[in-house]
Amino acid sequence: MEGGVVLLDFWPSMFGMRVRIALAEKEIKYEYIEQDLRNKSDLLLQMNPVHKKIPVLVHNGKPICESLVQVQYIDEVWKNQAPLLPADPYKRATARFWADFVDKKMYDSGSRVWKTKGEEQEAAKKEFIGNLKLLEGELGDNLYFGGDGFGYVDVALVPFYCWFYAYEQCGNFSIEAECPKLIAWAKRCMQKESVAKSLADPEKVYGFLLQLKKAYGIE
Amino acid sequence: MADELVLLDFWHSPFAMRVRIALAEKGIEYESREEDLSNKSSLLLKMNPVYKQIPVLIHRGRPVCESLIIVEYIDEVWPHKSPLRLLPSSPYDKANAMFWADYVDKKIYPSGKLVWGATGEVQEAAKKEMIENLKELEGELGDKPYFGGESFGFTDVALIPFYTWFYALETCGDFSIIEECPKLVAWTKRCMQRESVSKSLPDQYKVYCFLMELKNKFEAK
Repeated sequence: MEGGVVLLDFWPSMFGMRVRIALAEKEIKYEYIEQDLRNKSDLLLQMNPVHKKIPVLVHNGKPICESLVQVQYIDEVWKNQAPLLPADPYKRATARFWADFVDKKMYDSGSRVWKTKGEEQEAAKKEFIGNLKLLEGELGDNLYFGGDGFGYVDVALVPFYCWFYAYEQCGNFSIEAECPKLIAWAKRCMQKESVAKSLADPEKVYGFLLQLKKAYGIE
Repeated sequence: MADELVLLDFWHSPFAMRVRIALAEKGIEYESREEDLSNKSSLLLKMNPVYKQIPVLIHRGRPVCESLIIVEYIDEVWPHKSPLRLLPSSPYDKANAMFWADYVDKKIYPSGKLVWGATGEVQEAAKKEMIENLKELEGELGDKPYFGGESFGFTDVALIPFYTWFYALETCGDFSIIEECPKLVAWTKRCMQRESVSKSLPDQYKVYCFLMELKNKFEAK
C-alpha cells in the first residue's frame, strides 16, 4: 500500500468517474480496484470506515474520501498540469457552488426518475429537467463550465451523461430535446480522452439499472 | 471597507454562524442584514436565486452562497488578515478538514433536526444516530485541542454552531451530551472562550424556544 495512487471504485458510479477523469487529466498512473458493493472488502471498510462508500482515493497509503474532496486534492497535489479549479477566489467559489449543486440535486432527482412511476415520475422528470436547465443557464455560451477550458464543474457533472440514456428509457423522455446546449456540451467533453475513457458505456449502465430496479422490486 | 461586504444573515442559523465566526476570526468588518425568512427580501432572491437561502456573503456586489464555500472564500481572499489560516496548507490535511466539515452537513444537521423536530420512533432512531455521529466526531478530535490540531480551524468553524442546538437536543431527546461525549463538550467550551465564537452564537435557550416555535408551525400544517 505504501506509495503510489490507488482508486477503490465501482464501474457505473458517477462519483468514481469524476476521480477517474481528474487522474486522467493529470496523466497520473494509478491502480484501479473494482469493489463489490454487496460484499464490501476489508480494504474499503478500512479506508472509509465512516461512510463505507466508493470512491476512495489512496495516496501514499492514506485515504481521501468524497469525490469532490478527492478532485480538489488531485488538483492541488498535481497542480502543474491541467488545472481544474481557477486561480481567482471568486471564480473558485462559483465553481464550488455549481459542483455542490450537482451533488445536492442531480443524483437524487435522477434516481427519482427511475425509481418512480405515474404522477410521481412526471414530477421527478420535471425537477430533473429543471435542474439541467439551471446548469444550462450557468454554462451560457461557454465551451465548458470552466470557460474556455475544461474544469472542475465539467468534471463534477459530465459523468451523469452516461446515465442519461438509462434515465430516458425509464422516464420515456428526451433530455436532448429539453436541453440541447447541455447535450452539445457533453458531446464536446466526450471528445476528450480523459472523459471518453472514464465514463461507462450508456447501454451497460442501462443494463445495470434494470438489474437494480429488479433488486428494488420496481417494474 | 464595510460597505464592500454584506452578509445576508439569520441570527439562529448555524450555517450563518459559521460565516460570522470566520469573519470575526479574520477581524473583517461587514454589514449584517437580518433576513425575515417568511418574507424574503428581493436582495436575497436576487443574490441567491438557486436556493433562496441564507447565508449569502456579498463582496463588492457579487454573491457567494453555501456556508462552507463562503468560509473557504473568506480564507482565500484574506489569507494575511490573521495569523490564522482556517484551512491547513497541506493538501492531505485540507482534504481531511473538508471531509469532516462535509460530515457535519451530511450527518449532524439532518439527525439533529429530527431529534428536536420529530417524535416517537423517528425521533428515537435519530437520537441513536446523533449520539453515534457525535462519538464519531469525538474520535476524530482525539486528544487535540481543536479539530484543526493546535489551532482553531475549518472543521471547528463548521461544527461549533451546532453547540447552540445542545439544549434543544438534550431536552427533546432526553439525554445528556456531556455524559455521552465529554471530550466533545470540553472542546465546545474551549471554542466558546474565543471571542469570534461567543459573539457569533446565540444563547442555547433562546435557540431552543425558536426551534420549538418552528416545530409547532410544522405540526400545525
